[in-house]
Amino acid sequence: MNPWFSGVRAGFARGRIELRQTFTTAQDLWTYLFPALLILVVMMFMRHATVPGTGFSLSARTLPSALGMSVAFGGLVTLASTLIVEREDGTLLRAKATPNGMVGYLVGKIVLVSGMTVIGLAVQVLPALFLFDGFDLSLGSWLTLTWVVALGLVATLPLGAVIGSLFSNPRNMGIVMLPTMGLVAASGIFYPITNFPAWLQGLAQVFPIYWLGLGMRSALLPPELATVEIGGSWRHLETVGVLGAWAVLGLVLAPIVLRRMARRESGSNVAARREKALQRVT
Amino acid sequence: MTAVLDVRGLRMRYGSTDVLAGVSFTAGRGEVVALLGPNGAGKTTTIEVLEGFRVRSAGEVRVLDADPAHGDERWRARVGVVLQSWRDHGKWRVRELLAHLGSYYAPYSTPHTQRPWNVDELIEAVGLTDHADKRISRLSGGQRRRLDVAVGIVGRPEVLFLDEPTAGFDPAARREFHDLVHRLSDLDDTTILLTTHDLDEAEKLADRILILAAGRIIADGSPDELARRVSTEAEVRWSQGDGRFVHATADATRFVRDLFQEHGDAIADLEVRRASLEDTYMALVHGHESGQASTAVKAFGERVSRSSGSSVEVVR
Repeated sequence: MNPWFSGVRAGFARGRIELRQTFTTAQDLWTYLFPALLILVVMMFMRHATVPGTGFSLSARTLPSALGMSVAFGGLVTLASTLIVEREDGTLLRAKATPNGMVGYLVGKIVLVSGMTVIGLAVQVLPALFLFDGFDLSLGSWLTLTWVVALGLVATLPLGAVIGSLFSNPRNMGIVMLPTMGLVAASGIFYPITNFPAWLQGLAQVFPIYWLGLGMRSALLPPELATVEIGGSWRHLETVGVLGAWAVLGLVLAPIVLRRMARRESGSNVAARREKALQRVT
Repeated sequence: MTAVLDVRGLRMRYGSTDVLAGVSFTAGRGEVVALLGPNGAGKTTTIEVLEGFRVRSAGEVRVLDADPAHGDERWRARVGVVLQSWRDHGKWRVRELLAHLGSYYAPYSTPHTQRPWNVDELIEAVGLTDHADKRISRLSGGQRRRLDVAVGIVGRPEVLFLDEPTAGFDPAARREFHDLVHRLSDLDDTTILLTTHDLDEAEKLADRILILAAGRIIADGSPDELARRVSTEAEVRWSQGDGRFVHATADATRFVRDLFQEHGDAIADLEVRRASLEDTYMALVHGHESGQASTAVKAFGERVSRSSGSSVEVVR
């Protein structure tokens, strides 16, 4: 068998093992449950509000938007922070010291983060569907949901890898988190984007978060609600276009940036970071 | 037969500082070489160049007949690196991680070298059998370091690099580690390059010792050869009545025989001491820092021989 391919296969095994570990680690279980609890609480508070211009429940609109946000967070933030942390603690250097280890590591992370994102989505969507009304579910809904999630991960995972390669200190994650939170606010996740100023609408539509929210709404909400979106439509073609463009950009950039980052890893770099981190602790 | 490690004129320059200023040495199959030297001498840089983790500024470096800067995955599979772990793979269990990392080596198995190492045998070899199903985050410091060694050798490497492998080991763990290194070099013919600050460890483990100071190798030889290079004389100490004496001589056996013939039972607390590796190391490194290594070697010899011929009474 081709050794490179066996590295890929080891990567899938690695992803599976690490995904299984998340079920027995309290912290990981919390990262599954926390967004679900948060979204349920937000929906409870919004249950009497309606989407402006319609009689439709605002909370039912918020759920799919928040699911879109979860996909973006999984791909961007979870992967980036994992890379930063595992670079600091030497996981990446171990991969580098192993034949085909970097391929295995990357495949493993993609499987892990995709798996965690899908599980996280399921934990959010299932209770909400039972507790709240207003969703329009058919086979088509699930198909749309599937392609939006898949495309969303392909668009965001490589970007997450790029971001994760650019920072070497986990304490700098704030630099990534703050603009991301700003984008979430601008992307019409918790409130329809059509009421925002035009320039903000334009800005939000450059980034994947808005389109992920829109795609998710198109999957779970009744078709009439498309009328309150920009252009009065779910704009599937544009969704595929923008997410696809981010995917291409990420897939071109990620290998270059990852290779550059990996080339600079060495035992003394890891030791220096450990030294720094331990100094911060004491 | 070609050398497993072949380094010629290795230079490493950061900005305008030469960390390595022309390092040359070779190591053959099954040889254990210890790299000694003060902090900042370039030990870690040297080992990282050989591991393929750092790109050199100049010089010729061959590891298993390949340039580590361009080593492919097949080459990588024949090289073992023991890394100082910290908290990576904390959620993994010992057996789980070793089995996983071992699986990357399976395609590189040859009739001569079965890869990877059988997981349970490996765990036993590093003494972690009782902890095989423990989460790695729950291992003690010493257990973790043994796991690091296991990870380094899981692919049955032909050459193994260890950067300060026993830092933080207790004496028992250190002894077990030494046994493991002997087994790897004797039974599996693994070539081992290690750095250490522990001179005693270097003397016990290494067939050859390289002393690195200020980016150059200032000594290269077996522990005995190095000791002889610095001094051909032994120091004899004894007490007689209320006095303690010290005498340097080239022929300690004859001197002691004469001593007993002359004084018989009056001699007590007899001690014969050759220059230890520590004496050698200190003389070489100190000499190098204050000038040239060659003059340091001479100066050390002179210091001892000045006192020979007559016994000196040591003030208590």
